[in-house]
Amino acid sequence: MDEHKGKSLSWRTAEGVIELALNRAPANEIGLAMLEDLERFTSSLPALESKASALILYSEQKAGFSAGADLRELYAEAQKMEKSLALKGVREFLERIHAVLNRIDTSPLTTIAAVHGVCFGGGFELALTCDLIVADKMARFCFPELRLGLVPGFGGIPRLKRDIGNAVVRDLLLTGRSINATKALAVGLASQVAAEGEALRVARSTAAQVTKFDRATSAAAKRFIKPLPAEELRREIDLFCELFTRPAVMEGLRKFVEDKGAHPYLP
Amino acid sequence: MDATMRTIEQTTDEILNLAAAHFKVPRTALESGDDFYKKLGIDSLQALELLTRLENHFGVELPDYEVQGVSDFRTLATRIQARL
Repeated sequence: MDEHKGKSLSWRTAEGVIELALNRAPANEIGLAMLEDLERFTSSLPALESKASALILYSEQKAGFSAGADLRELYAEAQKMEKSLALKGVREFLERIHAVLNRIDTSPLTTIAAVHGVCFGGGFELALTCDLIVADKMARFCFPELRLGLVPGFGGIPRLKRDIGNAVVRDLLLTGRSINATKALAVGLASQVAAEGEALRVARSTAAQVTKFDRATSAAAKRFIKPLPAEELRREIDLFCELFTRPAVMEGLRKFVEDKGAHPYLP
Repeated sequence: MDATMRTIEQTTDEILNLAAAHFKVPRTALESGDDFYKKLGIDSLQALELLTRLENHFGVELPDYEVQGVSDFRTLATRIQARL
């Protein structure tokens, strides 16, 4: 389908560019609904890719690109089950999300994430599957997982290591702090910074540029320069699942879910 | 203005101006001792927006853990002042 509107996202193709718009209130949290929609998208990708040169991912939610995994859903589901079943469910979810993100990561198209607002956790990991990140001046990037006693589980560590220096990866991972677009540009995470509200326009301009090139050549160049860190991605799933069994994780999730105050997204 | 020459009062004043403009409240309604979460009626996502505005304006990087437990404008100003 060249156009599709799902519960949490939609896509359309025009002039050789596929645009995937995330649209799940309030902040594109990635839970089962978003995963199912993303799976529908990646199932459609072969047909879409045959007629396109570029793919843009962006958000229609004001809060930002994505605030990450749906922690409320994760906590609610984990609470319902015996521990070993909960862990099995988590592993299955991770395998599915990894399949989706790996497919986007290895698309033959040039992929561009137009990021505004919060780009946290799993949302950051989704953006990292893209070849280029265009950051709105008000964008913020963060791996907050350590605050919950976890590590990024959607492939963020291997992908971030692929893109930027290890010292910056350690800073983001071990402090759980967020960085702004200016810093993201400085460390090479973002390829361009756009004025407020202009990230999608800049992404479209960049996509229009890449459509000028021979598709097979672009795809070959991308395969050459952007290996998929498959082994590390599998080990990350194992590490996440090992950490998930610790009591501190459920306690961290409980605190996040029950926090009615203003502060859940701050460290 | 050379950023390093700001006094804490000037920094606080600029923060109040930026907060008023960003959240569209009258500048006269804000004072340095105000709890910005309560006064502006904002949550942590909106606090991050303010943080980004301040970082861009002052040309500094202010790790969000430095604003842990900070809820008034004056203390926020001291955190920024320490980075100028």
